[in-house]
Amino acid sequence: MKLTPEQQAMLNGEKGETMAKVVKTLVMYGDTFGAERMVPISSKYGHTVISFGLKVMKPVYDLYQEIIDAGLVSDQKFTADPKPLDKHVPSSLIEDLVFKKFMYTYQDSYEQQLRELGITSDDDYTCTCYLDQVGNKPGKGEVLSWAESSAVVYANSVLGARCNRNSGMIELMGSIAGFVPEFGLLLDENRKATWIVELKCSKKPDAQLLGSAIGMKVMEEVPYVKGLDKWLGTALDEEACTYLKDFGAATASNGAVGLYHIENLTPEAVEQGESIIAEGAKTYVIDDAELERVKANYPVIWKNPDAEPQLCFVGCPHMTLRQLIDWTTAIGTELNKNGLKKVTVPTVFTASTPVIKEFEKTPYYKQLKRQGIILSYICPLMYMNNPLCKKKAVITSSNKLRTYTSARYYTEAEILHTITTKREGKK
Amino acid sequence: MKTFKGRVVVPGTCTAEALVSHGGFNTLASYQMGMMFGDKQMKCGDQNNADIYKKPMIGKALCLPMTIGSTTGGMVLFTVCALGKQAACMLFSKPIDPLAASGAILGDVWTDATMPVVDSLGDEFLEYVKTGAKVTVKPDGVVEVE
Repeated sequence: MKLTPEQQAMLNGEKGETMAKVVKTLVMYGDTFGAERMVPISSKYGHTVISFGLKVMKPVYDLYQEIIDAGLVSDQKFTADPKPLDKHVPSSLIEDLVFKKFMYTYQDSYEQQLRELGITSDDDYTCTCYLDQVGNKPGKGEVLSWAESSAVVYANSVLGARCNRNSGMIELMGSIAGFVPEFGLLLDENRKATWIVELKCSKKPDAQLLGSAIGMKVMEEVPYVKGLDKWLGTALDEEACTYLKDFGAATASNGAVGLYHIENLTPEAVEQGESIIAEGAKTYVIDDAELERVKANYPVIWKNPDAEPQLCFVGCPHMTLRQLIDWTTAIGTELNKNGLKKVTVPTVFTASTPVIKEFEKTPYYKQLKRQGIILSYICPLMYMNNPLCKKKAVITSSNKLRTYTSARYYTEAEILHTITTKREGKK
Repeated sequence: MKTFKGRVVVPGTCTAEALVSHGGFNTLASYQMGMMFGDKQMKCGDQNNADIYKKPMIGKALCLPMTIGSTTGGMVLFTVCALGKQAACMLFSKPIDPLAASGAILGDVWTDATMPVVDSLGDEFLEYVKTGAKVTVKPDGVVEVE
């Protein structure tokens, strides 16, 4: 890799031993993938995937302290993934004990480290940092040093920014140095689609199911999806962006997709049309039967597969303001129809704090409270990331949550039906 | 004995017993429980990986196609290295993925751990090497399987 004189000086230790190690890490990272140079980060903000102070991750916080002690802070401010704990989310005494005494013992001290390193605000813990209410929304062509697979795939695909699927820690090192190695999705040639996905469904597919099917098929490659504009239209409006948020998260977690193109909709597909499809691209046809096959093949890892749901999570990735309003309205309609006042399964909606604050200003907030829904900024994935949760029958509309935990996936329509229907043994 | 030639990602040499995962190695799922409960053998906790589930990973020559799963993967590998509970080496049949590369590099630069990493050894490597076989990694990326 060819470094500029300034970068070489940093590597040689002119800005201290710790900065030299930061740059060495980035150089080795770039060399591994054939990067020929470093490119400056051009986005205003970074985003880190590490938002949790897990006891077992002590070496990570020790390393961050080494960086802080060396006087290094992020060259750009950054947002972070959602926090793992929120007292409003139902948990047993044992869970509370495990969370606070054994698992997240470094949460407070780690949040203090993030303040010192440059987090934008104590409110900005969310996986949907790119929403208007949060404000970490990069522009087209901007180079990012982000980690969080769902945010990276959104930034690349919907916003047209350029970012690799970085690991936690590496993303912060890029933000500290101010540059990243140029390889992978930073380069035009790697943004071409190597899969054509032809949609032949009879109705609008559930975003998280479609994303799952595509992710599992194409893995880390780039798909070009034909036929989705029939339902999403050709404008990146609020409804389309919300759909793509959930769709992308599923492609990234069920596979390893970092970029997708939607015909007539996402920026590079609109600009370049089918010329963005690489020669020899493979084809994957998705119809109703294929989606049903994918869904039927998800393993059920509940101890009792017939158990009554004990908890429901909606909002992984975090919900948008529009989703909160639409779900509140839909739940109200269904509860009325079924002669009920509250949901019949303890249900948690998760969204970023800035979105929650906006939602609280609307009349829907009180309605949601009356329906018995808990609204939280938590990361459901982090919440479930412990052995105790494996014993709990948790349902979700998130295919990402299904992938990483014991939560069972249902489509949004199924979730709505389940939480608004009388349960056996309940009045 | 058969010899395979790969590309050196993290330099080093070692001889160890092979532990073979034919499917993608989910870094978080594999290490999470072992780290959380201080498992000295660092047994694999990924119930979706029948090849290596519940098998000790510490000190083994971990043979795999690629890693999969959460973008915390690199951080997890780094932590395992910092705790001195890493595999003896990681041997990839395919080109290494960014998450695994990050973890291996962070471990190399920021800890005292030694964990040579070689990638692009080819599909035949993963077909040939069996769990329990003696594997030797040479400094130039040559891997000998006995």
